[in-house]
Amino acid sequence: MSWRRLWAILRARNMEFFRDRSALGWNFMFPILIVAGFSFAFSGEPAKLYKVGVYQDDSTPSSLAFFETDYIQFITVTDLAPAIIKVDRHQLDMLLDINQHKFWINETSPKGYILERVLRGAGVTHNQFDKATVTGREIRYVDWVLPGVLAMNMMFSALFGIGYVIVRYRKNGVLKRLKATPLTSFEFLAAQIISRSWLIMLILILVYVGTNFFIDFTMHGSYVHLFLIFLLGAISLISLGLLVAARVKSEELAGGLLNLITWPMMFLSGVWFSTEGIHPVLQKVALFFPLTHVLSGARAIMIDGGGLQDIAIQLISLLIMTVVFLIIGALSFRWE
Amino acid sequence: MSAILQVKNLVKHFKKVQAVKGVSFKVDAGICFGLLGPNGAGKTTTIEIIEGIKTPTQGEILYKGEALSNRFQQEAGIMFQSTSLQEFITVRETLHMFQQLYSVTMSLDEVIDICALEEFLERDTRQLSGGQRQRLLLAIALINDPEIIFLDEPTTGLDPQSRHNFWELITRVKTQGKTVILTTHYMEEAYSLCDTIAIMDHGKIIAEGTPKNLLATHFSDVVLQIPIEDLPADTQALPFKIVEIQEMAEILSHDVNVTIEQLMQQGIDLRHLQIRNRTLDDLFLDITGKELRH
Repeated sequence: MSWRRLWAILRARNMEFFRDRSALGWNFMFPILIVAGFSFAFSGEPAKLYKVGVYQDDSTPSSLAFFETDYIQFITVTDLAPAIIKVDRHQLDMLLDINQHKFWINETSPKGYILERVLRGAGVTHNQFDKATVTGREIRYVDWVLPGVLAMNMMFSALFGIGYVIVRYRKNGVLKRLKATPLTSFEFLAAQIISRSWLIMLILILVYVGTNFFIDFTMHGSYVHLFLIFLLGAISLISLGLLVAARVKSEELAGGLLNLITWPMMFLSGVWFSTEGIHPVLQKVALFFPLTHVLSGARAIMIDGGGLQDIAIQLISLLIMTVVFLIIGALSFRWE
Repeated sequence: MSAILQVKNLVKHFKKVQAVKGVSFKVDAGICFGLLGPNGAGKTTTIEIIEGIKTPTQGEILYKGEALSNRFQQEAGIMFQSTSLQEFITVRETLHMFQQLYSVTMSLDEVIDICALEEFLERDTRQLSGGQRQRLLLAIALINDPEIIFLDEPTTGLDPQSRHNFWELITRVKTQGKTVILTTHYMEEAYSLCDTIAIMDHGKIIAEGTPKNLLATHFSDVVLQIPIEDLPADTQALPFKIVEIQEMAEILSHDVNVTIEQLMQQGIDLRHLQIRNRTLDDLFLDITGKELRH
């Protein structure tokens, strides 16, 4: 292992990437356009419907006149704690605890304010129901979809940026020329992984910071943890790209294989929508995709404020996938 | 002179083809060894096995008396028949990258000077002409200051000026004491650059020696050339065999005086008569045949 040789290849690959203006521009613009598009599409007010969670031990109908109000959807909740979190995130506009005579609204929510006025107007006095407040921000669709968009861009950059490029190198003889030098396959592959990893992370950070300036994403967790899950995800996806490119000589075949992997991964891992409703078998299949673990980890950090212990399964899964992909990819790698 | 390279009974099978069928030869240090042959003769396969790019089915290769090792990789310079380079990087950056891959190297200034790269050093490798590109590929092959350098058809596709320029570069490399292994289709190139040549066909070496010795061994005649229009209409009646090549007639003669006398007796106009010695082209076609190869 020679660091000098590894650095030489890494440097050349970086220069190649940064000087290819069209590819570089696309790598930056693609996620920005997607996030901007979703932000615009979902920036309007949702349907004029108030959501009130109702918690009570027994099923005896309440006699409160408040329940007769039109345009309010009353949703029975069975667990108080998660329902309070939903008020915090604006997923519920109000929560009523019939047993303890208490209600929660979000102080930052205009809907919560209106509902409190409606409740009082329906004859519920301060003595009958105590008010409690939470102050959390609304979780918008754009907050939910952001990790998906970032991870999807990472997936395309890792798989096509590595898989396709290595196949092109093999086809046009760049790899053959490098084989004739003392460069080892380990040094070459390590240079590719490092080069693409840091480029992906750089783009990820720039895109996040740039779009966050305008959209102000929800972030309840640690940026260090978010960086960690995305970095491990990037390395895992790059390793998958290396595995695909280990022997393939045709760019057409490589393109087909990469599409075969990326499209199911994009739809089944939950980039655009939650996978809770899909067939259980497909949910199991999705667990074999690195993107699934990147997304659930990133959302756990950003939306739920999860710590390392909360994303341990995702980190371990990504680590195992990375090791498996790398071992198989490195063992089956051919210069020609 | 000691052999720097020995190839013993090299065999290479592909799925349905036996590309190399027991090739053996020795290359002395400091010479230019030419491997010639028609397309599909097995030259490139043989060279790439020696370079370590392909693995042989059978056979042995010794570099300085030892089996190929990391030492060979450090001391061999290689220029493939066709090579692409990483895009969007300049000539200087490409050289620098390859320089970093070796522990012992020439200085960039030296290799730039030898291969005359100064004028396009800062140019993107995608923007080089054919001749400039070949000079860069030669520079890459020289960057590790090799003792032995492999050049696989380095002048194919170049214009005559670029080809002659490249020959000068190879001569310059030879004067530095480096051993050159050259494959080429151009007999003129082989004749002027190579100290020893081996001609391959159908996976075997069918002739080997210095160009002069090979010509002397194979030919004792010379070629008389006369425009066809100067010959009588019925050439069948002439007392020698005539081969028509485009607008010229070629007569092979073991005794020029006798042949000229016969031509004069036939009343043939000799003002446009040319006499030439046999060339490597003649030898090549003579021993490999004239049928078209693919």
